[in-house]
Amino acid sequence: MSAKWWAAVAAVGLVAVAGCGGSGDDAAADGTITLTVKTFSQFGYDELYKQYESTHPGIKIKEDNIAKLVDYTPKLQQWLTAGSGAGDVVALEEGILVKLMAKPDQFANLLDQGAGSLKGNFLEWKWNQALTTDGKKLVGLGTDIGAQGMCYRTDLFAKAGLPTDREQVGALWPTWDQYLATGKKFAGANTGASFFDTSGSIYQNILMQQGDTTYFDRSNNLIVDSNPGVRKAWDQTVSMVDAGLSGKLQMWSPAWNAGFKQGTFATIPCPAWMLGIIKDQAGPENAGKWDVARVPGEGAVRGGSFLAVPTQSKHQKEAAELVKFLTSPEGQTAAFKAKNNFPSAPQALDDPAVAGAVNEYFNNAPVGKIFAKSAKELKPVYLGPENQQVGEAVGDALTAVEQGKLKPDEAWSKAVADAQRAAGK
Amino acid sequence: MTTDAPARPARTAPTPGGARTRPGWWNRFDLHGSPYLFIAPFFVLFAAFGLFPLGYTAWVSLRSWDLTGDAGFVGFANYSRLFGDPDFWNAVVNTLGLLVLATVPQLLLALIVAALLNRPLRALLVFRLGVLAPIVTSVAAVAIVFGQLYGRDTGLVNGALGLIGISPIDWQAGKLSSWVAVSSMVNWRWTGYNALIYLAAMQAISRDLYEAAQIDGAGPIRQFRNITVPLIRPALIFTVVMSVIGGMQLFTEPLLFGQGDVSGGSLRQFQTIAMYMFEQSFQNFDYGYGSAVAWMIFLLTVVVGVVNLLISRRLRGGAQ
Repeated sequence: MSAKWWAAVAAVGLVAVAGCGGSGDDAAADGTITLTVKTFSQFGYDELYKQYESTHPGIKIKEDNIAKLVDYTPKLQQWLTAGSGAGDVVALEEGILVKLMAKPDQFANLLDQGAGSLKGNFLEWKWNQALTTDGKKLVGLGTDIGAQGMCYRTDLFAKAGLPTDREQVGALWPTWDQYLATGKKFAGANTGASFFDTSGSIYQNILMQQGDTTYFDRSNNLIVDSNPGVRKAWDQTVSMVDAGLSGKLQMWSPAWNAGFKQGTFATIPCPAWMLGIIKDQAGPENAGKWDVARVPGEGAVRGGSFLAVPTQSKHQKEAAELVKFLTSPEGQTAAFKAKNNFPSAPQALDDPAVAGAVNEYFNNAPVGKIFAKSAKELKPVYLGPENQQVGEAVGDALTAVEQGKLKPDEAWSKAVADAQRAAGK
Repeated sequence: MTTDAPARPARTAPTPGGARTRPGWWNRFDLHGSPYLFIAPFFVLFAAFGLFPLGYTAWVSLRSWDLTGDAGFVGFANYSRLFGDPDFWNAVVNTLGLLVLATVPQLLLALIVAALLNRPLRALLVFRLGVLAPIVTSVAAVAIVFGQLYGRDTGLVNGALGLIGISPIDWQAGKLSSWVAVSSMVNWRWTGYNALIYLAAMQAISRDLYEAAQIDGAGPIRQFRNITVPLIRPALIFTVVMSVIGGMQLFTEPLLFGQGDVSGGSLRQFQTIAMYMFEQSFQNFDYGYGSAVAWMIFLLTVVVGVVNLLISRRLRGGAQ
């Protein structure tokens, strides 16, 4: 009886499992190689694929795109763990890359594929982010960067008696201290709007300008409480909160979204990709009310991605060639034209298509020039594998200060304690 | 399985003369094996999507596993870390607090609503369907609308409070205020469902009992307490158990209330254990630790369930 029972179960089980069969081989009978590229969001590569296929007979390119990064990352982890499914080229977002740098053996060393000579094609810090600390292994090549400007509402600035021309506005805040001073002036004019949306992104900007390390040193020791740069960024942000400049809005919340249209805050640090969000949220009726100026301090970026070749790929050599092509200055310029992904190649930054780009919605602001400047000025910053967790701990503590739930000193001790716990698992 | 003897002759009867068209093993299989085959789909699916993940999670929870892959067996290290993790215990307290705030008023209200619907009313069907409407609303829509209602600057709730002279509350910032907001979503959504279960139980109560009580001089409140409530006790226990299980897994409402922030507020005011599990597994990519949290949710649900059972058994025992 029991043997039959199992036989019955097994029979049904087999039927159920049969649906999940294996996938076909990627090398067809005629020798054509199909390279699978895994991406998230929009990389703007469609034209480049066609171009590459036409110049490389025998290569077919297939892109598997997952719209949201949050859905892509767990999948990526599954592919890497299972040893299959990752295809031949994978896109790695900066936050994921810094984690994977701790154990880079799942990716091919692009230095072995002749990528070493391409160093000059990338901003130095972008190149270094994907290079192991001993400099012997290159995990990926950079695609785009979240180069940043400071967006502001011209109507609110005019109301507060501040200049509205983007050159003059940029001249108001060469440093963050002067940004604070401008904010105080703005607050004094009682326009009913706050000076910026939330302290989180301000803090992040200041932090990234504080030298070559933030929360971790290059040996991955937590230095959140000993690195003067972190404390400086914290103190400067807290002083802005104390001055009542923050709108205390949570990023992506309905109130934050509505703020662009209603003008509830006057400035917001804006990476290149945020221009689209501002345009969508503020709507056509506010065209020309938002403008872009330079960001205080020297250089700023938020986010950005890389392309890498997983060791599980059967065509690592061909895949590496494709990565080199897609991340070349020409490839990056094409991606910028397609989807506004801001290039990480200095040559692409100087390309007229990028450098001359203006944004109509923002009073024809020369966004290409403004963002390129911030990207070039930024010095390399080492992040460390637990960067994100520690960043969350500090960011949450800062929000608690903003909400008036903790005093700055309490919040700092909490941030340090939480950071140590997050990093010391 | 018992051998049902009468079935055998009935099956062989249509082939008189002993001309057996089917082999004996097939008949035996048809008789003893096929029932298992018929119930197998559920058990196979349950094994694949219920039992296997449970076991696999237990296995992962004993390992150190992050984005870079499996780093090997670590025994109960994840669990011992969990016991000393203040964020985990904070999440447990939040979950239990929300459970109380979201279950007690909900069930009491459902009871009252059911009692009201159990009387002759005009347009009764409209009301009965009306209480069901919140359940067909998607939970995301509920959370988004409630998120707007509890907005700090432009929320309707703060606007109403302003009318009676209460200054605006930053609902997300405080522990109690965020709990009230989140539990109100849960209450709004599930009160009607429970009311309907109570109503069904109430309608099964014989009218004679009420008539007899009326003759004895019992008023409506007395009738409700001494007839209705004791007789719908099984339904009460069922709803309590279901609400508790649901409450232990509370995730979507607080997540969307915090605009998708899995840490549940700046000081983790409304982070439930399910959110903490998600944060560890899919934000910090610490799969081993996340699995340990998942198992703790399971064990805690079992503990709360057993406590529930003991209390309800006691109640039942006391009544008889």
